[in-house]
Amino acid sequence: MSPDLLKLIFGRLDFESLPLHEPIVVGTFVVVALGGATLLAGLTYFRLWGYLWREWFTTVDHKRIGIMYMILGIVMLLRGFADALMMRGQQMLAFGGSEGYLNAHHYDQVFTAHGVIMIFFVAMPLVTGLMNYVVPLQIGARDVSFPFLNNFSFWMTVGGAVLVMASLFIGEFARTGWLAYPPLSNIGYSPDVGVDYYIWALQVAGVGTTLSGINLICTIVKLRCPGMTMMRMPVFTWTSLCTNILIVASFPVLTVVLALLSLDRYVGTNFFTNDFGGSPMMYVNLIWIWGHPEVYILVLPAFGIFSEVTSTFSGKRLFGYTSMVYATVVITILSYLVWLHHFFTMGSGASVNSFFGITTMIISIPTGAKMFNWLFTMYRGRIRYELPMMWTIAFMLTFVIGGMTGVLLAVPPADFVLHNSLFLIAHFHNVIIGGVVFGAFAGINYWFPKAFGFKLDVFWGKMSFWFWVVGFYLAFMPLYVLGLMGVTRRLRVFDDPSLQIWFIIAAIGALFVFIGILSMLMQFAVSLLKREQLKDVTGDPWNARTLEWATSSPPPDYNFAFTPVVHDNDAWWDMKKRGYQRPLTGFKPIHMPSSTGTGVILAGFATAMGFGLIWYIWWLAAASFIAMLVVGIGHTFNYHRDFDIPAEDVIRTEDARTKLLAGAK
Amino acid sequence: MTVAVNPSTTGEPVFYVADEHPHPEGYSTSLGFWIYLMSDCLIFAMLFAAFGVLGANYAAGPAPKDLFDLDLVAVNTSMLLLSSITYGFAMLTMQQNKVGQTQMWLAITGLFGLAFISIELTEFAHMIHEGATPQRSAFLSAFFTLVGTHGLHVSCGLIWLVTLMVQVGKFGLIEANRRRLMCLSMFWHFLDVVWIGVFTFVYLLGVLR
Repeated sequence: MSPDLLKLIFGRLDFESLPLHEPIVVGTFVVVALGGATLLAGLTYFRLWGYLWREWFTTVDHKRIGIMYMILGIVMLLRGFADALMMRGQQMLAFGGSEGYLNAHHYDQVFTAHGVIMIFFVAMPLVTGLMNYVVPLQIGARDVSFPFLNNFSFWMTVGGAVLVMASLFIGEFARTGWLAYPPLSNIGYSPDVGVDYYIWALQVAGVGTTLSGINLICTIVKLRCPGMTMMRMPVFTWTSLCTNILIVASFPVLTVVLALLSLDRYVGTNFFTNDFGGSPMMYVNLIWIWGHPEVYILVLPAFGIFSEVTSTFSGKRLFGYTSMVYATVVITILSYLVWLHHFFTMGSGASVNSFFGITTMIISIPTGAKMFNWLFTMYRGRIRYELPMMWTIAFMLTFVIGGMTGVLLAVPPADFVLHNSLFLIAHFHNVIIGGVVFGAFAGINYWFPKAFGFKLDVFWGKMSFWFWVVGFYLAFMPLYVLGLMGVTRRLRVFDDPSLQIWFIIAAIGALFVFIGILSMLMQFAVSLLKREQLKDVTGDPWNARTLEWATSSPPPDYNFAFTPVVHDNDAWWDMKKRGYQRPLTGFKPIHMPSSTGTGVILAGFATAMGFGLIWYIWWLAAASFIAMLVVGIGHTFNYHRDFDIPAEDVIRTEDARTKLLAGAK
Repeated sequence: MTVAVNPSTTGEPVFYVADEHPHPEGYSTSLGFWIYLMSDCLIFAMLFAAFGVLGANYAAGPAPKDLFDLDLVAVNTSMLLLSSITYGFAMLTMQQNKVGQTQMWLAITGLFGLAFISIELTEFAHMIHEGATPQRSAFLSAFFTLVGTHGLHVSCGLIWLVTLMVQVGKFGLIEANRRRLMCLSMFWHFLDVVWIGVFTFVYLLGVLR
């Protein structure tokens, strides 16, 4: 075929794009391909495709979508952590004239992919998954406000993850760092597909995130059960509300800034160029106007989880509920007033830097209030050191250290010394791992029995806990030291041999964390095998306080046979205390949304469009776009999106639970 | 849900709604759509901010005074404002359940929208012909992106309008279609408000500069 025709069909995609000259990538590809083939063959052999499609992929049930988000987050954690291990290995080895084992081209992709994956495709899905699963149950609702949209949002997130994963084997990923600052990320310095993968993965996933934010705000505002006033909402629901407000108020900014960058790259406009009046610093400002709220998007739900866990496992009502709510709201607002602390060194002058330094320090006040609330909740409580509580205590110790180094960095003169050093890297891993990741693990251990009807194994849970916590300190405390000695981030080779020992300690820490991750996978496997011993039929294994524990584990499709009525903050605790009797008769048909495959199809086309745009395969991009329009508009012609669960089905489900409960006594 | 706590006869607290009615269809739609509009508003806010930062960076190229034809922009603005009024008429006739008239006003709205887009494209073509391309300077990049994004929104609104006209023709002014017309109405007026901003900050202040 003629080169012109090939170019028309494949854009700039050719055999050269496959990283066949990188043995590490080829090896990874072989392992992934074999694993993937085994998985696909297994699914086909056990005839699971139909089941997966009907019961999971097309589901609009917030609980199943929540579980799928968690699976996505954990799978991507393995990928993101593989990148982390590679970096730790490289930095440990590349001393005394050694180049290590990663070339610069590959190493730069690794640190970029690590950051992007961990934030967008690990932390976000874990947080969104927990909110999706828990919030409707906590407010006594049957589903979210827009169940189809929820399914669509999930698959858009998957679409973004697929694009990032594709970049590993087809072409390459960005070599710019996780925020892709121009002019480096502009077409002149990054002419290859890496930055385009970055842009389209985030745009596709970003649509999902924004829509899911709108969805959960509506759910919390409109679908609370009778009696649940705003100030009776569980704290996790409160933090979810604030997080979703932050999502809706910040993700459009990311959408715009990436769109402008793509215009610069594709059309040749001059937003962020060095010449023709463009301003690269505008990019840095805009992306941090999204980026700073983003870290609160991640950590606020974690704060909510810790609040639920602390009061449950201390057997006490949460201390200072009202102040907890106000602290959350204040953090929500302040998170918009601090973005410039990410680039004090830009040269905005003393007044601007002082303003943003002070607002940053002020955020530690509501956060500190939260910390004291948790401590006072534990004070004179009957604390049970179950796994969720252990993660919570590890969080409290770790997060305080991370918070204090954060306040240190908020002092502009100090920041001039520490900017872009490993001290900064240690700081934000300190708060993101210590806050978000520990929070997600506390949440997983806490709500797993709700989602599956059996608890997680304690032995492997403790293994995971200790290896993670010890590994975290080993991996990141040396980085504080190195940062204070002036080592900057993203370096591939080092000259000063005296630094090597700290990198070796950090690498050992990363190995500990690796064992922690493996232990967690082991914990899931062992728990699945021992599910009969770990079984919980009561639906309330922790003697907990909020509404999600009032229904069975796992909850029926409709969540609650009758919509609950709430009289107190800790609704389920109140019901238990006042001798609530579960209704056994009078069941009625329940109105529920029906499943649809439209979300999967739309997200599939969006991903294909992204792929076409990345590789300049214009026909694919155009065809996918038109297909999205047609399918999307076609979907609006379906006016019957609900069905009734017949009363007999409700009766059968509820009777089965009655029998189980009777057997448990 | 307005279902109050059923006052129980025995004085015991009631912990569940015995006689429940599901939320009506589209119960959360208007709130959800409002929130979506605000997120869209943020997109425009960012584009306005970019224009604010870059709007005077002509890079020795053409400035607003050399480019903008205020008479044409005035005509264009009136097209959009008139389309908002006619959409309002469509909503009024919808309230009176007059399918034919609703369709007619929707069609007129669409024609005004189409006129707006056509004039805008003519303006763009003229500017590009004169060498004032989006690549020429940061000012022009920001101008084309802000105005073009608005135009893209109006175009999406037109596709939506046609879809809704087909649906109203097919299924009549049923509850679901009324809700959809309401959403498009909010979208359409929202674009009007954004255009007022564009007209003021980009065109009028640009020519004054």
